[in-house]
Amino acid sequence: MNKAYFEILRPGINSTLQDEGRAYQYHIGVSFSGAMDKRNYLISNCLVGNKSNAASLEFAYQGPLLKLKFGNATAAITGNVTFNIIRNNSNIEKGICYQTFYLNSEDQIDIISTDKSVYGYLSVKESFVGEYFWGSCSVNTRAKIGSNQGEKYSTNDKLYLNQNENEFSSKKVEYLNSRIEFIRVLKGTNYNYFSEKAKKIFFNSEFTVSKLTDRMGMRLEGPILENIVDTNIRSEGLIKGVIQVPPDGNPIIMLSDHGSIGGYPKIGVVISADYDKFVQLTPGSKIKFKSIQLSEAETLFKIYNMETENIITQIK
Amino acid sequence: MIKNIINLGDSAIYCDFGSEVNREINSQVINYFKNLQENKISGITNITPSYNKLIISFDLTQINYEKLKEKILKIKLENFDKESKNIIKVPACVAEEFSLDLSRLSENLKISIDKILNSFFNKKYFCYMTGFIAGMPFLGDINKDIRFKRLETPRIKVPKGSIGITEQFCNIYTFESPGGWNIIGNTPIKVFDKFNNSRPAKINPGDTVEFYKISKSEYLNWNE
Repeated sequence: MNKAYFEILRPGINSTLQDEGRAYQYHIGVSFSGAMDKRNYLISNCLVGNKSNAASLEFAYQGPLLKLKFGNATAAITGNVTFNIIRNNSNIEKGICYQTFYLNSEDQIDIISTDKSVYGYLSVKESFVGEYFWGSCSVNTRAKIGSNQGEKYSTNDKLYLNQNENEFSSKKVEYLNSRIEFIRVLKGTNYNYFSEKAKKIFFNSEFTVSKLTDRMGMRLEGPILENIVDTNIRSEGLIKGVIQVPPDGNPIIMLSDHGSIGGYPKIGVVISADYDKFVQLTPGSKIKFKSIQLSEAETLFKIYNMETENIITQIK
Repeated sequence: MIKNIINLGDSAIYCDFGSEVNREINSQVINYFKNLQENKISGITNITPSYNKLIISFDLTQINYEKLKEKILKIKLENFDKESKNIIKVPACVAEEFSLDLSRLSENLKISIDKILNSFFNKKYFCYMTGFIAGMPFLGDINKDIRFKRLETPRIKVPKGSIGITEQFCNIYTFESPGGWNIIGNTPIKVFDKFNNSRPAKINPGDTVEFYKISKSEYLNWNE
């Protein structure tokens, strides 16, 4: 019997299989990877009844055009996504996010765009077939690790489903993605490398998300942040959310696929509660940073997680 | 030992062992890293050793900075072998098409290519850390006579397997990658292998590395 799969008719800009990411490998240079927007990743999986750490298809900006072969599937899309379902190669249905839909063999999903945001997620009941390295199938294109030989999808690739057929279960949830107003940060370990003027600029001026932004890092443009100590430090470990300032004075925020070590001074670190939302900022977006304390960051993270759990319990 | 311990963001601990780069401080970092690996404190998601820092990332849904810091400081440190016994021999071909910066180095350092190579090959190197890209070892120290700064404009693509030197360090590019080190040769061996579950990175912090010269035909016919 043929196994059910999505034929990739158009890959989209950056479509990769992602789960919760890969821990314990920074010391050999392998980044965490995993879904950029964990909340939307989680909601899409909960809608189709998947357990934690299931593989989802993450797409960015323009998504893929997929055709289901040799099976049927319950699926869900989350994010700020415009998409169509094409039945029998002709009937176009407008897709709706945050509710499950059913696909028969030969049906297509045309993911047109992640409007005014970056990432969206497609999950199917019982998930996709992933290739696992150290407990995760997340694609890391830099180290060529994870599903699809560690590469983003190309035309004619096949994305296999774990289950060939399943009964449709209708589920939905109300959710609106809100835009982040401030990126809240804790001061970094090299905060004092920067001039008083630079510190003021960092917390008062507007920065623009540059086009040179991907799963590795978000580059920002704005007033130059003057370093008065040293523009290079001895390379040391990095984590997601670290804001490094290279000699040109423009900050870079480390994202899920960042290099495990780096040698630029760290002016700040984005708090965990803001990660899902700030990665959704599109190039050209204006953003400001806000300084908070560690205890506040911890509380905000608890609240954010409670909100996520609350959304999930409202799935009906 | 740890001179200062602070938070890096809300989900990592930053342990500072000092500002100098030397084997003694780095061995302390690696020893602490190995102790943490053995202790398996729940909530830790990554431990990243570097020249003189150790960063411990954790899952904020399971533990927080203060609680984890307390646990870490309570660990009874065992003395793992100060230097690991692993000696890794790395073949290197210095044929012209692989040694992209050798003649420029020779001009800038005002010593002959042969002298540069002799100096490089006649020394054992210590692995300070592994990372930046998967499996990339940061080795040292190279002799003073062949130390040189990074390229002014980094290459957009350094070929996979390239062996680079800069300041007192040398490294191996495990993947084609952008980079600014001075390339003096190339190795045919797999320094990173994702299918090797127990030891994906051939060269790990604390290991010793010996380079040896191979001919171009040996390089081309290399069989692991």
